[in-house]
Formats: sequence, C-alpha cells, structure tokens
Amino acid sequence: MPLLELRQFACERDDLPLFAPVDLRVNTGSIALLEGPNGVGKTSLLRTIAGLTSRYRGEMFWRGRPLQRARVEFANESLYLGHHAGLKAALSARENLLWWASLRGVDARASADGALQKVGLAGYEISPCYQLSAGQQRRVALARLFLLDVPLWILDEPFTAIDKHGVAELESWLVAHADRGGAVLLTTHQALSITRPLLNVALNTAVEESMDEFVDDR
Amino acid sequence: MTAERELSAFGVIAALIRRDVQIALRRRAEMANPLLFFLMVCTLFPLGIGPEPTRLAALAPGVIWVVALLACLLASDGLFRSDYDDGSLEQMLLSPASLYLLALAKSIAHWLITGLPLVVMSPLMAVLLQLPSAAMPTLALSLLLGTAVLSLIGAIGAALTVGLRRGGLLIALIVLPLYIPVLIFGASAVQAAADGFSSAGQLAVLGALLALAMPLAPLAVAGGLRVSVDN
Repeated sequence: MPLLELRQFACERDDLPLFAPVDLRVNTGSIALLEGPNGVGKTSLLRTIAGLTSRYRGEMFWRGRPLQRARVEFANESLYLGHHAGLKAALSARENLLWWASLRGVDARASADGALQKVGLAGYEISPCYQLSAGQQRRVALARLFLLDVPLWILDEPFTAIDKHGVAELESWLVAHADRGGAVLLTTHQALSITRPLLNVALNTAVEESMDEFVDDR
Repeated sequence: MTAERELSAFGVIAALIRRDVQIALRRRAEMANPLLFFLMVCTLFPLGIGPEPTRLAALAPGVIWVVALLACLLASDGLFRSDYDDGSLEQMLLSPASLYLLALAKSIAHWLITGLPLVVMSPLMAVLLQLPSAAMPTLALSLLLGTAVLSLIGAIGAALTVGLRRGGLLIALIVLPLYIPVLIFGASAVQAAADGFSSAGQLAVLGALLALAMPLAPLAVAGGLRVSVDN
C-alpha cells in the first residue's frame, strides 16, 4: 500500500483546475520530484496535500484511507517546509526548534542541539535568528527534519539559499531518509545529483479544459 | 532519534504562551505601543477638559474604559500578523495539536502581553482622572475580566483579517459591535462603585461574558485562521 496516493488530482483556483490532473503514488523509500514551469501549481499541490487549502478536485489517500479522514494521523506522520520557514526572528535557533516540537506535543530539549549540529549550526544554538544569514535560517528550518522521526517530508524549494556544500549534504539526507523507509515529496529547480532513482512528476498547465469552461461560464 | 518526552495538552498551551511572551519581552517597543496610547490619552484628557476634579471624576469611568478598549483594538490587529508573514501560522495549522487549543493559547498570551499591563496601569489612570479611590478595586477587577473578553473577541477579528493586506479598518468593524456589551457593563460597574453603589451585578455579567467567550471564541478563531490561510 502506498503511503500517499493521488488520483486524478488537480488544484483549483477560482473553480478552474491549475494543472492537468495527475496520478501519484508515493511509496516508502521513494523520492518524488514535482516538475513544471513557474506558476503551474507545484506549491499549491504541496500546500493542498499538507492540508492548508481545500480547493482541489480528485482524491487523496493516506495509507489507503481518504486523507480528509486521516488528517490527524497525517499531521503526525508528515512534515511540511514551505517558502516561509516559520522561524521567529527574535527567538534563538534552539527556541524556534523547541516551539515547533511543542506544537507536535513533544518536548525536544534533549534533541534540539543534536539536530542543529547535524545541519552544521553547532555554536549557533542561542543566537537570535535575525543574526543568522538566509542560508543559516534555512538550515534552522531544515533541522526539523532531524528533530522528530516523521515518515513523509514535504519540501517546497528546500535548496533555496543553501550553499553548494549544503546542497550535497541535503541530497544525502534525502537519500538516507528514503533508505530508512521514509518518503520525500519535493519541488526544486536545482539539478539534483541523487543516487537513488527519482519519481518524476510533471505538472502541465490545463489550458484547454479550463478555457472551455471559462467560455461556458460566460 | 533521541528520547523524546510527550507533552500534555496543558504542556503544549504553556509552551506556546511562553514563546509569545518571550517574543514580546524581546520586542518591548511593540508591546509598549498600546500601553503608551492608553497613558497618553488618559493624560491628555485633564488637559483638554480642565483639571476640575468633579468634572473629571464624572467622566473617568467611561474615559478609562473607552481608552482601554481602543488600546486592545489597536493591539489585536497584530495578533496573528507576524505568524502569518513568517510561516509560523502554517506550521500551527499543520500541527496534530488541536487548532482550538492553539487559538486559546494565542489569545491568553495576547491578554498577558496587552490586557494585563493595562490592568496594572489602571490605578495610575484613576489618579490622573480623579476617580474616587473607593472605585479603584472595581476598576481593576472590571478591566481584569473585561480585557480578557476583549482579547478573545479581538482574536476572532484578527484571525478573519490576517490574510488581507489592509485589514486595519475591517477588524474594527468586525470587532467593535462585540466589544460594546463589555464596554457598557465595564464602565457602568466603575460608575456604580464611584457613586457608592454595589457593582457586583455588572461584574457578574462581565464574568459571564468571559465564561462564554473563553470556550466559544477559539472556535471562531480556528475557523477564521483556516479560511485566512486557504488562499
């Protein structure tokens, strides 16, 4: 049974589909890469799967159950990292991680420093985030990946502002996560050099259908 | 992964409140804005209408309450703004914890940051506006109950308008009608105490409003946040 399955799925804006319907099966151990031009709806797709918007057509399943009815399980077993990292500038790197863990009902005081060390921020634990560079802030956000053991990682442009060395590191983390039986769903415009076979999902604009409907509505 | 300790629902709420208070204490200027507003307007009143004690005392309950209400309104606009802008709100919506509890925690934290300091400052305002000292405990108590209701109601308006670029005036339109009962009973409690009557009835109504707002407002806040982020 796949972890996450989409059937004839498309996000909607103003009741029109953003892209041609896609079918997607994300199994344990797979790294799915969403591809498509700017504005095709990659971010919308990730936000919809994560549960931030409810405007879509088609069906979503989590471990075989309709996703709407498995939201709590899904929330416990997935992690979403969007364009905005959700970091508070006034708080330190460690405090940001602790807050995020406490949202998930976990006291992470024991593991926060280890997670920061893993993303190369040892020594920055108590620096307020406004003193960190954009790349370092991104790394604080990425430290969440190591804070809790979560099967599905949903990453929207995770390589933004990350240096070359960091890109290679992040790629190795994705592979390691997939090797452990996790799954990754990500978008990026970066050329990836990942050793595992990727599951490429191409999104295409749904021009014809949407234009027809648009004319009909008139 | 290293050993993790599960937090109870109270633990989650406490952690969220602690974080918001921590942020407010590190950005004191922002926190001070509504308080300065409260202080300035109450200072200007005696200058504007003259220092005659009887006239000031007659106006004092209404003035203090109106200014406290406007200070709360001013502060509530920013309740979810920074969380929305930096993506924290998305993480809150996606957390397995119930959004109801998170909304309640945000409202309580907001009250600790804005409402409670107003209550603490109120005796000073009472002196400035020549309010009889017998009415001071009632003033503090009515503000204690009333600002908590105002924070909860303000959170509804903030949740509904956080997705809009310019929600400033809209939030006033949504929230002010709901503020009015609090204002009426709050000011009248202080007035009654100043005139030497019992204010137990008005305070009981304020308590009832709080008992109503506490469980119900977070429901509306949670719904409003979902709508605001879904765009």
